[in-house]
Amino acid sequence: MRVLLTLLRKEIKQIFRNRMMLPMIFVMPIVQLTVLVYTANLEMSNIEVVVVDQDLSQYSRGLVSKLDGSPFFVVKGSVASYEQAEALLLSDDVDAIVQIYSGFEQNLINEKEADVQLIINAINATEGSLINVYSNMIIRDYSNNLRTELSGFAGQGMALNIEIIPSYWYNPLLDYKIYMFAGILVILVTMIGMFLSALNLVSEKELGTAEQINVTPVKKYQFLLAKLLPFLMIGLFELAFGLLIGVFLVDLPIRGSLLLLFSVAFVYLLVTLGLGLFLSTISSTQQQMMLVAFFIWVTFILMSGIFTPTESMPVWAQKINFINPLSYFMRVIRMILLKGSGFQDIARDFYGLLIYSVLILSLAIGNYRKTT
Amino acid sequence: MSFVINNISKSYEETRALRDVSFETNEGELFGLIGPDGAGKTSLFRILATLIFPDEGDASVKGFDIRKDFREIRKILGYMPGRFSLYHDLSVKENLEFYATVFGTTIAENYDLIKDIYAHIEPFENRLAGKLSGGMKQKLALSCALIHRPDVLILDEPTTGVDAVSRKEFWDMLKRIQKEGITILVSTPYMDEAALCDRVGLIQHGKLLSVSKPGDLRFDEAMILYSFRCKSGIYEYLSKIRGLQGCSSAFLFGDEIHLLVNGKKEAEELERAIKGWNVPALSLKQITPGIEDYFMALMKSEKHDDLMSEEH
Repeated sequence: MRVLLTLLRKEIKQIFRNRMMLPMIFVMPIVQLTVLVYTANLEMSNIEVVVVDQDLSQYSRGLVSKLDGSPFFVVKGSVASYEQAEALLLSDDVDAIVQIYSGFEQNLINEKEADVQLIINAINATEGSLINVYSNMIIRDYSNNLRTELSGFAGQGMALNIEIIPSYWYNPLLDYKIYMFAGILVILVTMIGMFLSALNLVSEKELGTAEQINVTPVKKYQFLLAKLLPFLMIGLFELAFGLLIGVFLVDLPIRGSLLLLFSVAFVYLLVTLGLGLFLSTISSTQQQMMLVAFFIWVTFILMSGIFTPTESMPVWAQKINFINPLSYFMRVIRMILLKGSGFQDIARDFYGLLIYSVLILSLAIGNYRKTT
Repeated sequence: MSFVINNISKSYEETRALRDVSFETNEGELFGLIGPDGAGKTSLFRILATLIFPDEGDASVKGFDIRKDFREIRKILGYMPGRFSLYHDLSVKENLEFYATVFGTTIAENYDLIKDIYAHIEPFENRLAGKLSGGMKQKLALSCALIHRPDVLILDEPTTGVDAVSRKEFWDMLKRIQKEGITILVSTPYMDEAALCDRVGLIQHGKLLSVSKPGDLRFDEAMILYSFRCKSGIYEYLSKIRGLQGCSSAFLFGDEIHLLVNGKKEAEELERAIKGWNVPALSLKQITPGIEDYFMALMKSEKHDDLMSEEH
C-alpha cells in the first residue's frame, strides 16, 4: 500500500509538471465541445441554388420566392439557359439547379400537374440527399397551397390528402447539437483514457526509467495501477467539466441519473485505459504506440455511431462493434442524458463494459514484462 | 560467492551477444569487466539484474537463482544502467526519496552509506534531475542505487562520458563503498581503470578472454614490447610494421605505436629493419608493458583466431 501511494504521488507530480498537461485538460474539452458541436452538424442551411425559370409566370416566381424564403436555401440568381446554370454548378458556385420549364403555370391550371427539375451536386452524398429532402418538402408544401387556391372553394375537386404529423420524442426540436454534444463527450473521455496513460507508460520505457523500476521489488500491478488511477480521475473530471459546458452552452438536458452516468463512465474509462496500457506494453516507442492507437481510435469513432446509428450499419460492422467500447458508451450516454434511461435499460451495455474492462486489464498486466 | 555465472549464452536474432561465459566473484570484491563497445558487458549485467533471461546457462546472485528467485535478487541488488534512468521531471531529493520508499526504507536510515556521494549534490536537492550536469547525474544515480543498502552493486559503464577528474573521484567512491562489504561488479571500456579493480575479466565479442588480478598480468618471458614514435605518417608506418616478420602485434597507443615481438633474435632483426627505413625523428625503444598492452595483445590474437575459425 505504501509503495502504491509512493508511485501514485510520483505520477501525479509528473502529470502536473508536464507543461502540456493542464492546457490539454482544460483547453481540449472547450475547443472540442464548442467548435465540433457546431461544425459536425448534419443540419444544412444556406444551400445555394440557381434558378432557370423558363416560364416567368406568377406561379413559377411564387415557387422561387418560396425557396428563397425558406431557411435552407439561398437563391443566388436566375439565369436564362440551362447551360449557364450548369456552368455555375460545375464551377462549384451553386449546390443545386432548379429548372422550371415553360408552360409550368399553364400545365398547373389545365392539367393540375407540372414538372420541376432539380439537379443536385452530390459529391457529398449526405449533403445531396439532404438537399433533395429539403427541396421536396418545400415544393410539396407549395403545391398543396396551390391546390387549395386552384380548386376554387373548399370541397370541390379536392384530392384526398393524408398528412403525417411527426412527433419527435426525446429531442422535440430535432436539435442536432444536443445529440452531437453527447457524442463528442465520449470522444473526449476516450482520448484521455486511451492516449495519456499509454503515452506515459511508453515514455518510461523509452527513457529507460521503466527498467530502473523493473529491478526494484515494485510489483507490476502496482506500477500499472499507479499509471491508471490518476488518468481515471482526470477522465471523470473531463466528463464533469464537459457536462457543465454542455448545460451552459447548448442547454444539454440531463434527464437520467448523474450517478449512473459516472458509474458507467468509470467502467468505460477502465476499458480505454486498459486498451491504452495494453498498446503500450506491445510497443517500445511513443511513435509506434501513437500510430497503432490512432488507427484503432479513428476506426472505433467512425464505427461508434456518433454520426449514424449503428443499427443501420452492415451486420458484419455491427459484429465488429461488439469489441468497440465507444459504441457501448455512445449509446449509453445518449440514453441517460437525452432519454433519462435507468439502470435496467442500460444494464446490458454496463455489464458488457464491465467484462471488457476485466479482460483488457488482465491482458495489459499479463503482457507487461519486468523481465524479457 | 556473490555472483556465480555458469556457461551463459545469449543471442539477439543474428548477433551472439554472449558465448558461454563463466566466472565467479568473491564476497566484497570489486570486479571489473573490461571490453570494447558491443562486447556483451551490458547483456551480461542485464541478465544478472534479472531484466533479461539468458538463452543457455545459469547464474546466481548471493545464492539466488536468476530465474527462480528473481524477486529476492531485486531486493538485494543495486543496479545503475549505462544510460541515466532516473526521473528527469522529479527533483534530486524526490528521486532519492522515491527509490528509498520503493525499497521500503528511508533516506535517513541509510544516509551514512551515501553521505560521501550525496554530499556533492545535496546543495542542488531541489533541482530537477534532468537539469543536472553529467557528473552530478551519475552521483545521483549511484546514490539511488545504494539507498537500500544492497549486498551487491552492478554498475554498467558508470564512467563513460565523464571527465578524467570525476572518473578518479568516482573510483575513490567505489573503493569506499566496497569497504562497507558490498560486492561491486563494474564494467568499463577504459583499460586504465582495470588497475583499480581487485580482479578484471576481459570480454570481447561475447567471449570472456581472461580473468586475472591486474598485478598478475604478465607477458610471456620472451615477449619484447617496443614503443615507436615518429614525426608524421604514423598510420602508414603502422601497416608497414604489421607487415614485418617477427612482429606478433602492433597497435596505436596515443600518438605512438606499441609493437610486440616474440624473441630476442627477432627483436634485433626488426629493430634493424625499421632503422633501415630512415624514419624522420624516429624514437624506438623497449618499454615495460602496461595493462593496456596486455589487453590489446590478447584481444588482437583472439580476433585473429576468430577470423581463422570462421574461415574454416
